[in-house]
Amino acid sequence: MTASIATPTEPLLSVRDLTKHFPIKKGIFGRVAGQVRAVDGVSFDVAPAETLALVGESGCGKSTTGRAILRLIEPTSGSVSFDGQNVLTLGATELRKLRRRMQIVFQDPFSSLNPRMSIGAIVREGLTIHRIAEGAAADARVKQLLDEVGLRPEYASRYPHEFSGGQRQRVGIARALSVEPSFIVCDEPVSALDVSVQAQVVNLLQDLQRDRGLAYLFIAHDLSIVEHIADRVAVMYLGHVVELASVDRLYGEPIMPYTQALLSAVPAPDPGVKRERILLTGDVPSPANPPSGCVFHPRCHHPARDAACAALVPPLEEKAPGHWAACIKQPPSTVSWEQQRAAGGTKPPEFFLPRAALHRAVASAPRDSTRNQS
Amino acid sequence: MTTPLLEIDDLHTYFYTDNGVARSVDGVSFDVGVGETVGVVGESGCGKSVTALSILRLIRPPGRIEPGGAMRFEGRDLLALSEREMQQIRGNRIAMVFQEPMTALNPVFTVGDQIGEVARIHAGMNKRESLAKAIEMLELVGIPAPEQRAGEYPHQLSGGMRQRVVIAMALVMNPALVIADEPTTALDVTIQAQILELLADLTRRLGTSVLLITHDLGVVAENCSRVVVMYAGEVVEEATTIDLFARAHHPYTEGLLGAMPRVGGERERLATIPGTVPAPTAWPAGCRFRERCPYSWERCGTEHPPLYQIGGGHTSRCHLAEEPEHRLHPHPPLAAQAGASAA
Repeated sequence: MTASIATPTEPLLSVRDLTKHFPIKKGIFGRVAGQVRAVDGVSFDVAPAETLALVGESGCGKSTTGRAILRLIEPTSGSVSFDGQNVLTLGATELRKLRRRMQIVFQDPFSSLNPRMSIGAIVREGLTIHRIAEGAAADARVKQLLDEVGLRPEYASRYPHEFSGGQRQRVGIARALSVEPSFIVCDEPVSALDVSVQAQVVNLLQDLQRDRGLAYLFIAHDLSIVEHIADRVAVMYLGHVVELASVDRLYGEPIMPYTQALLSAVPAPDPGVKRERILLTGDVPSPANPPSGCVFHPRCHHPARDAACAALVPPLEEKAPGHWAACIKQPPSTVSWEQQRAAGGTKPPEFFLPRAALHRAVASAPRDSTRNQS
Repeated sequence: MTTPLLEIDDLHTYFYTDNGVARSVDGVSFDVGVGETVGVVGESGCGKSVTALSILRLIRPPGRIEPGGAMRFEGRDLLALSEREMQQIRGNRIAMVFQEPMTALNPVFTVGDQIGEVARIHAGMNKRESLAKAIEMLELVGIPAPEQRAGEYPHQLSGGMRQRVVIAMALVMNPALVIADEPTTALDVTIQAQILELLADLTRRLGTSVLLITHDLGVVAENCSRVVVMYAGEVVEEATTIDLFARAHHPYTEGLLGAMPRVGGERERLATIPGTVPAPTAWPAGCRFRERCPYSWERCGTEHPPLYQIGGGHTSRCHLAEEPEHRLHPHPPLAAQAGASAA
């Protein structure tokens, strides 16, 4: 993988070959019996004021990636650089300083807020720790933050249990904003919320991004939300990024067969239109024992799938400008047909884009990406 | 609509809590026809799951089904049956598929044992016959190597497999009605597609009616012929699926459809419904959606709207049915005007 997965502008965050393996321990002495390869060589960039979405199904490693970037869990290897600083080699003091600029909003608004602290104290904690404000100035700042996320300032003295899920998520966002970060990892921030409340929080995140030039790593499994909020999307499967492209490219012409299946599985809120569907067989394999070659090959529906897919690890390569995918059967590929044949391949690569993977509006009328204000 | 299999008529289920009486289901009526798949949609706390549990009479104190309503199923009023008669209906004529397959299955029994149990109880099969039945059911729901899987425990299966087991369990006795309460909410989208396809295929082949409870309008659009929209313990709109998506009448339904991002849709700002659902212990007088409604007027504060017939079996609990001119003048809902308290 190369540096050219870069964004057009200078990246704010640059992740290269990020890997996190969790040891599997057996027996009373904790003998290491294997490795869960939760994140296995992930690379991407995030530009300032950009939203990069990280999508995939449970267990694909998207949340682990988000946490490893912030060093909430220590990555096994790889590099993460934020605004030119290597995050992975920082000492405790410097890391704390950097956390002012990189924040996270968690999925579960119930477990991520301390029930014994008033929401004012929760939002204020960051101000104190980073010595941003104290006393009356801090009080004023807390009220201003609550107001910004759409909560009444006088709520500062109330406790989390007094709030609904959507309101708690606003508190979580206010807490992240308190230290004035330039980058926020949003780890499934709306998946626990009802659809009408979800829309309120999505709109809030978009407003804040516009007003403050925030960059988001938006981790989600809901492809309709992602299409709505993201500028670019990285699709993960079994610890690997298998496709990375702009929203328009990814939803308009998904290249990786897994992405195609994922898109075709989204229920369309449009009765009367009977969607075709690529039904994947079987379940996601265990990341403790991933398939050889392309990790998706046992479930793949590509007509040219053959023994080469099980033998060769597909590189994440640029199939079209800015559109990266890991599939040796979707031309063009740097893995030549001769190499594939040598690895036991019997079917030459051919471009395959089933209709089921396309959503009509995208296919017929590509939308302009005017909302990319950065 | 086909002949009704289940007719729910004015169902009230209340919970007597320390904080007052929660009127979770407050006068719900709808039918499910033979072989029909009906969707019930609504957000958390609207009463959709309590409605499902009420049909099976699984409401435990402090909750209770209030007298006065009726639920006719295959010619009998479920509310008039003894507990013993009800047991013969549960799992036999009406089966349930729950949201979370891990909690719906018993972790200390094999899946073969658990599927077989239904046949042992309701069909009087012995251990050996019931195991054979379990294997047959596992095969029916598309689980590979069913003989081997029957001997495994729930924790050995993936989430999608477990939900297949739960569906197998529900279909053992070939019930007339399957109630599926958010059957795919805990599953990934590709597995959700597999499970919904399976459920649709099996119920079509067996002629089973399905009551599909979900918060996902996409799931409704693809699987249901008719939809019941619930809000604050009541049915607020009912229509065929096509009609509901094309001509939503109730402002709440309109809001739900607008708040939902669509793959392939325009990327404009999402519509939101300001405010929150009122507490079930204190439903407001008049229209329960008034505070969050962009069309509300004086009448909505004083007069509780009935379910109006608006043609072709389409009903809506909104005074707009009688005074449609108010739709022409939307205003910020009261909940938004009240200040920045929206959640």
